[in-house]
Order: sequence, then C-alpha cells, then structure tokens
Amino acid sequence: MKLLFERSVQGRRSDILPEITTGNYRPDEKYLRQRKMHLPEISEVDLGRHYTQLMKQTHGVNDGFYPLGSCTMKYNPRIDEETASLPSFTQIHPLQPLSTVQGCMEVLHKAEKLLCEITGMDAMTFEPAAGAHGEYTGLLLIRKYHQDRNDSERINIIVPDSAHGTNPASAAMAGFKVVNIPSNGKGGVDLDALRNAVGKDTAGLMLTNPNTLGLFDPNILEITKIVHEAGGLCYYDGANLNAVMGRVRPGDMGFDCVHLNLHKTFATPHGGGGPGSGPVGCKDFLRKYLPCHMVEERDEFYYFTDPEKSMGQVRSFYGNFLVVVKALTYILTLGKKGIPEASGKAVLNANYMMHRLKDHYHVAYDQICMHEFVLSLENLKKETGVSAMDIAKGSLDYGIHPPTMYFPLIVHEALMFEPAETESRETIDEAVKIYLDLFEKAYSDPEYLHNAPHHCPIGRPDDVKAAREPVLKYEFND
Amino acid sequence: MFKNPEELQYTKTHEWVKEEDGIYTVGLTDYAQDSLGDIVFVNLPQVGDTVAAGESFGDVESVKAVSDVFSPVSGVVAEINEEILDNPALVNEDCYGTWLIKVNEVTGTEELLDAKAYEEVCANEA
Amino acid sequence: MGRYIPETLSEQEAMLREIGYTSIDDLYSMVPEQVRLKELNIPEGKSEMEVLEQMKEIADHNTVFRSVFRGAGVYAHHIPAIVKTITSKEEFLTAYTPYQAEISQGVLQSIFEYQTQICELTGLDVSNASVYDGAVAAAEAIFMTLERNKDEILVSDTIDPETLAVIKTYCESRSVKVKLLKNRNHLTDPDEVRKNLNERTAGLYLENPNYYGLIEDVESFAKLMHENKARIIEGCDPVSLALYRSPGEMDVDIAVGEGQQLGMPMGFGGPYLGFMTCRKELMRRLPGRIVGETTDHDGRRAFVLTLQAREQHIRREKASSNICSNEALCAMTASVYLAAMGPQGMNDLALSCYSNAHYLAEKLAELGFRRMDDGEFFNEFLTAAPVDPKLLEERLTEKKILSGLPLEDGILWCATELNTKEKIDELIAEIREVIE
Repeated sequence: MKLLFERSVQGRRSDILPEITTGNYRPDEKYLRQRKMHLPEISEVDLGRHYTQLMKQTHGVNDGFYPLGSCTMKYNPRIDEETASLPSFTQIHPLQPLSTVQGCMEVLHKAEKLLCEITGMDAMTFEPAAGAHGEYTGLLLIRKYHQDRNDSERINIIVPDSAHGTNPASAAMAGFKVVNIPSNGKGGVDLDALRNAVGKDTAGLMLTNPNTLGLFDPNILEITKIVHEAGGLCYYDGANLNAVMGRVRPGDMGFDCVHLNLHKTFATPHGGGGPGSGPVGCKDFLRKYLPCHMVEERDEFYYFTDPEKSMGQVRSFYGNFLVVVKALTYILTLGKKGIPEASGKAVLNANYMMHRLKDHYHVAYDQICMHEFVLSLENLKKETGVSAMDIAKGSLDYGIHPPTMYFPLIVHEALMFEPAETESRETIDEAVKIYLDLFEKAYSDPEYLHNAPHHCPIGRPDDVKAAREPVLKYEFND
Repeated sequence: MFKNPEELQYTKTHEWVKEEDGIYTVGLTDYAQDSLGDIVFVNLPQVGDTVAAGESFGDVESVKAVSDVFSPVSGVVAEINEEILDNPALVNEDCYGTWLIKVNEVTGTEELLDAKAYEEVCANEA
Repeated sequence: MGRYIPETLSEQEAMLREIGYTSIDDLYSMVPEQVRLKELNIPEGKSEMEVLEQMKEIADHNTVFRSVFRGAGVYAHHIPAIVKTITSKEEFLTAYTPYQAEISQGVLQSIFEYQTQICELTGLDVSNASVYDGAVAAAEAIFMTLERNKDEILVSDTIDPETLAVIKTYCESRSVKVKLLKNRNHLTDPDEVRKNLNERTAGLYLENPNYYGLIEDVESFAKLMHENKARIIEGCDPVSLALYRSPGEMDVDIAVGEGQQLGMPMGFGGPYLGFMTCRKELMRRLPGRIVGETTDHDGRRAFVLTLQAREQHIRREKASSNICSNEALCAMTASVYLAAMGPQGMNDLALSCYSNAHYLAEKLAELGFRRMDDGEFFNEFLTAAPVDPKLLEERLTEKKILSGLPLEDGILWCATELNTKEKIDELIAEIREVIE
C-alpha cells in the first residue's frame, strides 16, 4: 500500500486555520528553520481514504475472536468512549485552578476508592501510563520502603521464570538485581527454591497470580508469608487480574502493592499498543512513598497532596486521565455483581475452550485453569514439523487473531489462549472447530501451514531483513 | 553433524578460540550459529575492555532471541571485528572464518576442549 | 448478569455441565477458602443511561474555559475534525500491539508514517514508536547517553518542572547523578555548563523553547558538549519546529518532546505522547517499539516491529527499557494531525502562535505586565504582575478565561492560534477592569 508521502502532491492542503489577525510578527531570520520539512500535502478526502484503507488492514476486537493470551482482549464498551469524550473532561488543562477541576478530581478519587476495594489496597496512584510503568512505580515503593528503614542490603527482587518480560526489566530499571526462581512441576512457585532464594538481601517478590500459565497458585499464602518473614515485600503484577477480580483480592493474598492494567482488566481499548493506564495500589504503610498528586477530600472539596516521603513523579501530571474515565465508567456499569461475574465467565470460557481442545492438542499443565491456558505444540512439531508459529499463522486465514506465541518461555512451542468473558460460546465453538481443522491440516498438508497465511494483506514478512537492514522511515528524494 | 576444525579449541558454551603469539581469537561455533538462526546483530565490547574467562563479553541477537557470548579466556580486548557490526550474516555464513574479538594480555583460560570432545558436548545437547 | 457477557446464566450452566462442573465456584477450587471474597463492597451496577447521567454530572463539576492563556507544557489548540474521525475507528482503537504483522499492516504502517514525520520535524534520523509522555521521553533519552564511565547528566533548570520531577525519579533509581544548572535570566547559562562538565558527564538536557518560552542557544551547547565527548538532548516543542531551526540543524544528538499539541486534547493531563528521535549511531539505544519496512515472501512491501532484541520481552533484565505498551493511538493521532495540516499548515500554525503571543505581550505590557526577560520567545513569556496573580486568576475565571500561570517570579502567559486578536482584546479589557 502507498504511504502518505507517496500520495502527496505539492500545493495540496486543507483549510483548517483562519488568517492571522494579530499583525505581522516574525522571528528574526537567524532563528528560522532552513531544512525542508517533508510533511504530506494531501486533501482531506484523500487523507480520509488513506486511513480507511489502513483500517481495513487492521484486526480489532470487533473483527473477530482475539484470544491473545495475557492481553485480556475483551470488548471495549462504547459508553466508555462517550464519557471520555465529554468536552468537560477533554478540554481541561491540568494546571487549572483546583476549584475548576473538581469533576476530574472526583473521577480520580472515585476510581481510587473502587479499585482499592477491588484489590484490597488502601491507596492508589494513577500516574503510571502502562503496566510496565506501574511495575516500575511499585518497585520504587519497595525501594523507598527499605531505604527509609536504612535496610540498604535489600537489593534483590525475586521473579519466577514464568514471569512477563517486563518484570525483570522493571526491576533492573528500579535499581534492583533480579533473582530468577524456577517453577515447580505444577507450574507454581517452587517453595523450596523460594525459601532458598530469600534472605537479608531480598527486597521483594514479583508475582502474577494466576501466573502466566493461567494457573492459580494454591500456595499463595505460604509464598507471601515466606517473603514477609524474610523481610521482603510482595508485589502483585495485575496483568491477570481478570481471572479473579471480585473473587479474591491481592491484598488478602498477602500482597503489599499491586499494579493494574486498566487497558486489560477494566476494558479500556489498547489503541494498537497504547495508551494504557497502570495504576499502582498499596497498603497503608507504603502510602507515604507514593508519587505526588494524591487526591484527598476535605469538606466536600478535592485537593492534591504530596505524600510525606514521596518518590517524586514517574510521569507528568496525573497519568492518562481519560483512560481512567473509561475504566471508571466500566466499573460503575458492572458494579458489585458484574465484576465477579465477568471474571467467572472469563474463567469458564478458558476452561471450556481448553476442554474442547485437549483431546487433540497437548495442554501444558492439565488442570483447572483460570482465564487463560497454554498448549504445548512440541509433540505436534516433532511429528509433523508444524510449529506453534505455523498454527498461529494458519488461524489468521480464518479471521482469528492468534494466541500469544512462544510465551511463557518455560513451555516449548507454547500457544497461550485467553478467550475473554465477552466472547460468546458460539465464537469459541467456531474457533475450536478451526483449531481442530488446523490440527488435521498439520498432518495432511504441513507445507500449507508452513506458508500460511494465504489470504491476508501480506504473507509472512521477512523479519531478518528488517532487522539486518533497518529501514525505519521513508526516504525522500530531495 | 557439524564440522569443527581440528586446529581450534572450544568451550562448552559454544565458542571457538585460537591462540597465536599470545593473541587469542574468539568466535562462535557452527552449533551455536545454527541454533541461534539468522543473526541480526552482534554486541561487542570495546577495545581495551577486560574480559574474564567464563563470563559474558557480548551477545548475539536473532530476530526473537538474544544470547550471551562467553569469553574462553581472561584478558584485554585487543581488537574487535568491525565487519560483523555491519554484516552480522557473516557469522551464519562462515562461522569459523568470522571472528568476534581478539584478546591479549591473557591471564587464564576456561576449560578448553578439542574438536572431538566438543562434538560430544554438542551430541549431548541435541 | 454482568454486562457485556453474551450468555444467560442458564447458558453458562450448560457450558459448565459440558466440561464436568456444576458451578463457577468449582473453577476456583485452587483459591484458599480463607481468602475467597464473600462480597465485593462497591455499589450495584447501573444501566448505561444512568451511568452516562452520573458521569456527565461529575464532568459538570469542571469548568471549561472559553479562552485559555495558559500553557506550561500543555496547550489548547484547534483539533481538525478529521483527526478524531480517523482515530476513533474501532480497528485502530481496539487493536492490541501489532505482534501479528499479517493482520496489523494498518497500525504498523501508521506508526512507520509517524516515525517518518517526527524525523522530518526534528531533522534527525531515527524515531521510535512513542513513549508515555514528553517527561518520560526526556528521562529515557538521558539513559541513552550513559556510557560505562559516564554517569552524570547536566540538566538546565529552565526546563518544565514536571519533566524535571520525572528525570529526578528515573535517574535516582538508576544511580545517575543529575546536576541541575542554575539559569541566568531564565536562560541556560554556558558558564554553569562549563563549570559542571567533567569526564563523567554523559550529556546535557535542555528545552527549547524553555519553560519560560525563551529560545535557547542550542547550537553552541551542542558544540560544547561534543568537544567534551558528551551528548546533547533537546526537549522540543513540536509546533515551534515548523518555524525554528530543527535539532538536526543544530547538531543535536537526541530530540524528544511532548506531542500533545499534535491533535490531542488537554484531557487533564493525558493520554499524551512522548516522541523520541536520535542520530543513526544511537539507533540501538532507543527504547520501546520501532517499526521497520521489509518485504513478505512474495516481495510485497510489509511493515514489522523490528530491532526487538533491544526490548524487555527478549532481553528481560538487560533490556534498555522496560516499556511495553506505549502511546500508539496518540502517535497515530499526531501522524494524522501533521498530514492534515501539511507543511504549509504547520508553518501557518507556528506563525499564528508566534504572532498572537507577541501581540498579547505588547498589549499586556501596556497594562504594566512587562516582560521579565528580553530574549527571543515563541509563544510563551513571563511578565511582572502589577496585581495579585491569584486575584487576577480568580476574576478571569469568573469570565471563563484562564489566565497565565502564576509562578514565583511572575505570570507565565501563552497564546496559540485559538487566542485570536478578538480573544486577546477581550482579555485585555477584562484585566483593565480588574486593575481599575
């Protein structure tokens, strides 16, 4: 497809701004830009059509089944978009006088109260703009806590080998050393390995529960106890909260702080990779280290306050505010019963789909799963040469977004399915049929799958060429 | 089976090394390049850096993985192969003709294997 | 029934029975009894109509100003209608990160176009696909300059305080020493730079125009840094780049900035867009996602996420950054905005901001709000306050006019294309009334 720049014709433009009426002010010549700026010169109608074509080459949640594991691709309610588009939210400058932003403050305050109740935490910041950003913020809380107690030896963060890649990366960014511990045979934390790993140097543990295998760790209370007894804190990676929200709370499982992915669990759209929102909640004893700009209510008026020993800021202002508006709308809509119903249906969907696939595909850990499950295609690959990648690419031809591939790293030829609660039984049945067809195809015509997809806008791209000879922008001739 | 030149020595972590007049030349073995797949970038240390036997001195990137490269010897980096920074495919195409770094002032080495012993290591991993 | 779940309860029970269970609670048997929540203590759910009503009521507790003379990092601009139309398309809005290139060419191409346009604005070689906001972009850029023996960064105190706060947090956690440089007349002071520069200096971060709206002598700082084997990072205002010399023309190594002005509403602070561009030799140090062009097996043009081995999902604790989700839709917004405006439109916009601000400065000076600095400014400037700035703010708020931002040493005023002559004259009339 043509790029914007290839549609550009010199002199074309839209009339967007009026004539300048304030006079003929101009900067001195010496300040002026000399280099030509190649922006597209394009009419509004052609611009619109360009993006409509791009839109047709993009698979969104409403284009079909989207079981991308770990990403919670649930339906994004339209009402959430509508509330977040209200001009009295969108047209607010973040540095307006407090009396003129009471509505925005109320959104933050309400969202904090509701999400604290859902997570079992006492305070929450909305500054982090995404999940990884939340992890970083949560880890800084842990760092501040130990520093404040002059416990400078605590430099290790323990991370299970099944963890999301952001966990170790965030720990490193927050100035910690990462200690990886292996999983046990059931996909949970190996308690002995954990006991051996903790000590005076333990700052904390980062854990996802259910973990990235989609399994709830039944030893969770023992796990958090081991860490606490060693003087460390427990961090809950909320990426998988959709399995348990409204049913069990990180705070009750022994976690001291948590980040949420509003763009997963609380139905705000992913926007092709962002913006997200990664609020961080904590127990009371960590409150004083939270980022600046916490919202407090006194005499029916909202104020910003900076916690006593605040870590400072991790982002400008108050985070991705309009995303919080969407999440709040969602929570108010679902309410006390809707939240656990959503998680329950997500878990039902995953178990239902797993059950229907497991006579053919090998389930990596064959037990009750939570909101997602992992298949290992190692045997299939040995027998047919067809890999997890081939099956994933094969599903593209059926209009299905593939599951997460090759993750978690501890399962070979992994495919991780997360059929979110908003997927209907019919959709799952249809997808199961397709995956069973693909399974048969692996035996009857493996070559076909090696070359899949066959009916997408492009075939498999040459990733090696892209990385060896990077072309990262359009090159203009003049 | 991979053909590993007799005149080179090898590490269990799949590097080859050749000593000439106190200068140790280090590269990746055929087994390593094959299991990595298409190499798209090689991160090398700088000349003058010290390296330690058994410790990582750089890494190689394929499209979806990155693997550490371990030094067979302790010493100082005397030279790096600039050519592979621009053309990492050379490691795939001719791994024994494409070195990564040269080390001098060597003070110690990792346990080094001859071609035959190294082939046994590979056979056990496969 | 939880809203947005397609099945009725009895349908769900049928699904359960088929897989051998009787209730949803059976599926939670792994959860220890004592931590199972009996009841979630939040209000009952509401209908769509009620929720919309409630949210509108909350929103009504905000004041939307008719005219905004406040910037300080966030700016009110006209957003072309086409921008919102395109970026609200469900496919763009709801897609995940484009891991599967075959069905994500739309998102991938849009990011490639974004990268190209940001490179054009800044005059630099490589752009990433965005980070959270301008402040985080600055902090991440600082990390890009670090070398094994260079772990100090010089930061001008003329930068946005929000950005400074984020830089401090990020640098502290990575044990990077921040040396804050005292300004001279609200400009970065070359003597301060020289005084603080040493062999451990990795780079200098400054903003242009700076927080006070003033144009900095970036080129001479670039020269100074390069002579000392250090880098220079320029935090830039993307609108000003249509008019003023670009980072690329001034020998800057890394240019970053807040992209909110490129089609995003002020939205009480976000979502915004952190853009980052750099010279080619720093390409592999860029954090976050980058889209590249390649071909598919039939030789068709294709776009993919590339240079991924830098990133957290592969490199884990050794990754250059932990960023995963970015601000992709905001990047697309910026891309559509720049294309809708075009080179001439961007130039007109920058001139309009410049002109309106200079007219405003003249009119304010007539009322005794004299500029505190005499340097070149783009569309923001600091003035003295002949009346109590808080009182002025209050009185103007009653008229739904947002005054300049009261700072310790004056008032920081701003004008964009929205502050037309009419609006400025109205402001001046209102201020005159307050003074009298």
